[in-house]
Amino acid sequence: MEKRTLVLKGRLWVLSRDGELISDIDTDMIYHNAHLAVTDVSKMGQYAFGNLKGYEEFAKQARPGDMVLAGANFGSGSSRQHAVDCFKALGVQAVIARSFGAIYKRNAINSALPVLEIPALADKAFAHFEQVEIDLGTGTLRGPSGSVQGKPMSGVARDIYMAGGLFEFARGE
Amino acid sequence: MGGTMMEKILSSHGAGDCRPGDEVWIGIDNRTARDFAGASVVANVEKNGGAKPIADPSRTFFTFDCNVPANTIPYADNQQTIRNFARKHGLKVFDVDAGIGSHVVIENRLARPGSTTVGTDSHLNIMGAIGAFGQGMGDVDIAFSFVSGRVWFEVPPSVKLVLEGIPGAGAEAKDVALTILGRFNHHELLGKSVEVYGEWVERATLSDFITIASQGTEMGAVTILFPPNRNVLDYFGMTEAEAVYADPDATYEAEYRVSIDGLKPLVAAPPNPNNVHPVSQYSDVRIDGAFIGSCTNGTLDDMRLAAKLLKGRKVAPGVMLKVVPATRSVWRTMMKEGLIDDIFEAGGIISNPGCGGCASGQIGMTGRGEVQVSTSNRNFTGKQGAGDTYLAGVGTAVASAVLGRIAGVGELEGV
Ligand code: SF4
Repeated sequence: MEKRTLVLKGRLWVLSRDGELISDIDTDMIYHNAHLAVTDVSKMGQYAFGNLKGYEEFAKQARPGDMVLAGANFGSGSSRQHAVDCFKALGVQAVIARSFGAIYKRNAINSALPVLEIPALADKAFAHFEQVEIDLGTGTLRGPSGSVQGKPMSGVARDIYMAGGLFEFARGE
Repeated sequence: MGGTMMEKILSSHGAGDCRPGDEVWIGIDNRTARDFAGASVVANVEKNGGAKPIADPSRTFFTFDCNVPANTIPYADNQQTIRNFARKHGLKVFDVDAGIGSHVVIENRLARPGSTTVGTDSHLNIMGAIGAFGQGMGDVDIAFSFVSGRVWFEVPPSVKLVLEGIPGAGAEAKDVALTILGRFNHHELLGKSVEVYGEWVERATLSDFITIASQGTEMGAVTILFPPNRNVLDYFGMTEAEAVYADPDATYEAEYRVSIDGLKPLVAAPPNPNNVHPVSQYSDVRIDGAFIGSCTNGTLDDMRLAAKLLKGRKVAPGVMLKVVPATRSVWRTMMKEGLIDDIFEAGGIISNPGCGGCASGQIGMTGRGEVQVSTSNRNFTGKQGAGDTYLAGVGTAVASAVLGRIAGVGELEGV
């Protein structure tokens, strides 16, 4: 099983438009419903953000280890797991946002894709492609531009992430 | 200390004495999966389920409603994968004939007030209409519920929403839903369990509640819970003592008061369901089509209203009126009551039951530049096709179809 750690380092994709972090990125923008019949996770990466204006090339340019930074209500809309799995397929390490759609957050945790919620995230706090570090245990995002405090990962969510996913967690219980 | 409806339903399903923010394990009465994510649920169960992969086959089933009967090979493949799996494990499939899964579950009284249901449909929180817990989840969660009969859940904060007054003539439950969508930006209710009270709530019908609860997802809420009134209790043959209500000393994070008094018909214009304005503001927008159906407005009451308004009228030349009943039993009653005839004579297209307009369903999509009035719940770009979708109630959809432009029901002659 993959080893999990609470501290992750990587390159930051700042999703912004007109100087503001993009909010309300819904599951159709992350993974369009035209590709819902795909069941093989490794084939999902190519569609990531395929319907998010300005980021259509994300799937081609993302590198394993990258992290994504967005505004509020990331992943609202449908319950599709594809919207999480497409990032896993690309090796995206974590998604950071002001807040998440409830279903999206669950899907991510169950698949051991860490999500970090930072309600106080300012629009221009971090630069595109800057190298950052997140600590899921304390909920901090840190980089050359500064540091900001979000919600620590705790309880069942942290246990599931550390186990590598929901089923892995249940097997170890 | 007393509990809210949400806290009490979760408590009665194994969560113990729980408070907002607690992560709890809860027992699930109904575990469902629909056609698109269903095949992934099957794959997850097969990979992780072990020798006895289904906790309780009598409470675990599939509902096909997205693409019925399948009109693409991938959907057909997925449905067949599910059927084979279901046969092997003795699970019931509500197949391509049945209609929208959430409605089928209510109609068959599988979900009842106070019960818990999960599935791959993001609008399963529609169960709030019957004062029950329902949640759409991803395929890993649902596969896990198939295998173990339970899920983890973060107890959401509860807020109270009091609807003041009684809607005006021509306004429907949909207009109440649109009022709520327009009043709150979707971050205010994000992650909340919203309990709804007020004079109108005490006398509204089950389909009224379904219409509003089905849009909890667009409101950002975890669920919109209606304490079961007489109409709902009668539907299930239950007494008040058997349903779940909030304790008088329950704690709410916030209380909102929203007036629906004398409410007039509204529309949500593109590009999102919060862009709500009076119908009259758009009366010069010409339309190409109207859609009546979906989990929001596909009930028998909606079909009766549509047929009543269409009887003796004609859809405007060049306008398509697409009508999709939510379930097979709604379809059957429409046939028996002559509603199909009324809609047919008016020039409407009636399809088999199902989701119809959403996610490339059986009634087709809109093309670029096409303008549609829809009783569905989402008008995001690309959701019902490439065209522009205005969300509205049944009366507005009919009046617009007949007049060929966005119009309120009051603009129909003789209404
Ligand atoms: S009608 Fe549309 S929103 Fe409702 S359950 Fe079906 S696909 Fe989902």
